[in-house]
Amino acid sequence: MTTKNFFKTPSSQTFLIIVLLLLIAPLFLSVFRINLLGKFIAYAILAIGIDLIWGYTGILSLGHGVFFGLGAYAMGMYLKMEAAHGKLPDFMSWSGLENLPTVWAPFSNPLSLALIVLVPALLAFIIGYLTFRNRIRGVYFSILSQALSLIFVVFFIGQQAYTGGTNGLTGFRTMFGMPLATDNTKYILYYAAIFLLVLVYLYCHFLVKHRLGKILVAIRDGENRVRFSGYDPAVYKIFVYVSSAVIAGIAGAIFVPQVGIISPAEMGIIPSIEMVIWVAIGGRGTLIGAVIGAILVNGLKSGISESFPEVWSYFLGLTFVIVVIFMPEGLVGLVKKYASKITCPIKKRKATEKASSVN
Amino acid sequence: MGTILEINNLIISFDGFRALNGVTTKVEKGEIRFFIGPNGAGKTTLLDAICGRIRPQQGSIIFDGDKNIMHYPEHKLVNIGIGRKFQVPSVFTSLSVYENMEVSVVNDRSIMASLFQPITKAQKEKIDDILDLVDLKDYCDKKAADLSHGQKQWLEIAMLLVQDLQLILLDEPVAGMGRKETIKTGELLKSIAHHCTVIVVEHDMEFVRDYASKVTVMHEGRILDEGSVSQVQNNPKVIDVYLGRGGGNCA
Ligand SMILES: Nc1ncnc2c1ncn2[C@@H]1O[C@H](COP(=O)(O)OP(=O)(O)O)[C@@H](O)[C@H]1O
Ligand SMILES: [Mg+2]
Repeated sequence: MTTKNFFKTPSSQTFLIIVLLLLIAPLFLSVFRINLLGKFIAYAILAIGIDLIWGYTGILSLGHGVFFGLGAYAMGMYLKMEAAHGKLPDFMSWSGLENLPTVWAPFSNPLSLALIVLVPALLAFIIGYLTFRNRIRGVYFSILSQALSLIFVVFFIGQQAYTGGTNGLTGFRTMFGMPLATDNTKYILYYAAIFLLVLVYLYCHFLVKHRLGKILVAIRDGENRVRFSGYDPAVYKIFVYVSSAVIAGIAGAIFVPQVGIISPAEMGIIPSIEMVIWVAIGGRGTLIGAVIGAILVNGLKSGISESFPEVWSYFLGLTFVIVVIFMPEGLVGLVKKYASKITCPIKKRKATEKASSVN
Repeated sequence: MGTILEINNLIISFDGFRALNGVTTKVEKGEIRFFIGPNGAGKTTLLDAICGRIRPQQGSIIFDGDKNIMHYPEHKLVNIGIGRKFQVPSVFTSLSVYENMEVSVVNDRSIMASLFQPITKAQKEKIDDILDLVDLKDYCDKKAADLSHGQKQWLEIAMLLVQDLQLILLDEPVAGMGRKETIKTGELLKSIAHHCTVIVVEHDMEFVRDYASKVTVMHEGRILDEGSVSQVQNNPKVIDVYLGRGGGNCA
């Protein structure tokens, strides 16, 4: 895939435009809005990963909040240790702990940030191995992934002394020595989020534009046929599940320093379902649809919740139903449909011109 | 010519119900072997057993002289040269015809290869040749979902052909096809049989008469008769359970 080809597809061009808009957004928006936008970018990263596994491969995971949460907690624990300055993090002493728990020990070292991707990867690998090898699929997998989310929420709430319980981790002060409260750091984090968005998009674009992408779609369309074509679908599914879990972890990690808190609520079933809805609304199986869906829905959410907090859930639910019924391919599908109606006659004319010039 | 497939006393039961009740047969290389019989006779179950989708309770299936394939994982069958077409056409509907073929043609099916090893020129030519054979060359860029029923069946057969198989299993390849399409499919089978063995499960008696080299008649999980078309057609038992009951008009 050459760079020239990359910019040829309308979805990549759209992505480029979105990135450019995001890059210049600080010229127009207050630092408060930029911070908010940075959070949406984290969600967009997450959504790309969900699109990879659901949109392309057809595996509906309703527990991606867990991977997002694990990445976020890994980052949160690191920030917490940095804030504690070698002492015990505040919530631990409130819960009566006297020594730093062993799981926390590595987080005084920046190398521990590797756990942001390693932990989600390992968990996804284990669960993927156990389920996909045993041909657990469809609704059964979705329910299982929900149970996963439930287990983690209960566990994180229960282990108050180790996880901060319901309140989660908060009260971060600095990141690599930079005070998180300053505008400067907020801009840096915002641009870091854009950078990660581009990175993740390029990675997924690389995957789906090669034969691997076709194989993923093939698994979605007919797993049996894939199997009798000589592929072991489980291998591909595990790979995709791990990839999207890692992406979710990265999203969680860039979410935390911008938002300043991570709690079990972010890992729950409801947020996990919301993530899927972003992708459905944007248009699944397109990558760009996930980005648009995540930013748009969350933009609307903060707009609407600011004025009418109680109507948001109804609004989201209703939008989802409308999308599922009237535009199964989401916003991107809608645009594609109208675009092809406009450009098709042009293309056809070009084609006939070509044909006649050959004759 | 040698034996390509040897099935010995195969028994398969689902919750006590014997779908296959002691099936024994041999298929020679280069044959177009038809398995016929009324609905529920166990034909699909037999194909499922050969390709590892169902594990038989008893018996053995030997492929190519010495390979016991009863415990082969399904996705490795292609590697030893066995391909399967399903009763319901199953192609990858969201992919183009060409992409369907692309996914099928490769030999290295690892993740790494699917990212870093593009289709070779030779593979491309092979795809073109086979699409030509099944008359789908002009549909390369068309989504498989937009093909007609018959074209989907041919595409699925083409996806097998591109894999250099020794044995192809086809489950009711002409079901739902018109006369013209059926004849075309028959001719296709004939040309396939030049370089590989074909096992076909079929209902359409006229089709069987025209293209079978040998027929196995099944009934209630057992083999009723086996031989040339004219031989089995004259067997009173076969006439009784199958042909007499209007099986021949099934199409
Ligand atoms: N998975 C299954 N579970 C239970 N019974 C089955 C299953 N598959 C097939 N059968 C039964 O086994 C018998 C043979 O089915 P099948 O091989 O599909 O017949 P045919 O293809 O000859 O029409 C039928 O009676 C069918 O109901
Ligand atoms: Mg059948």
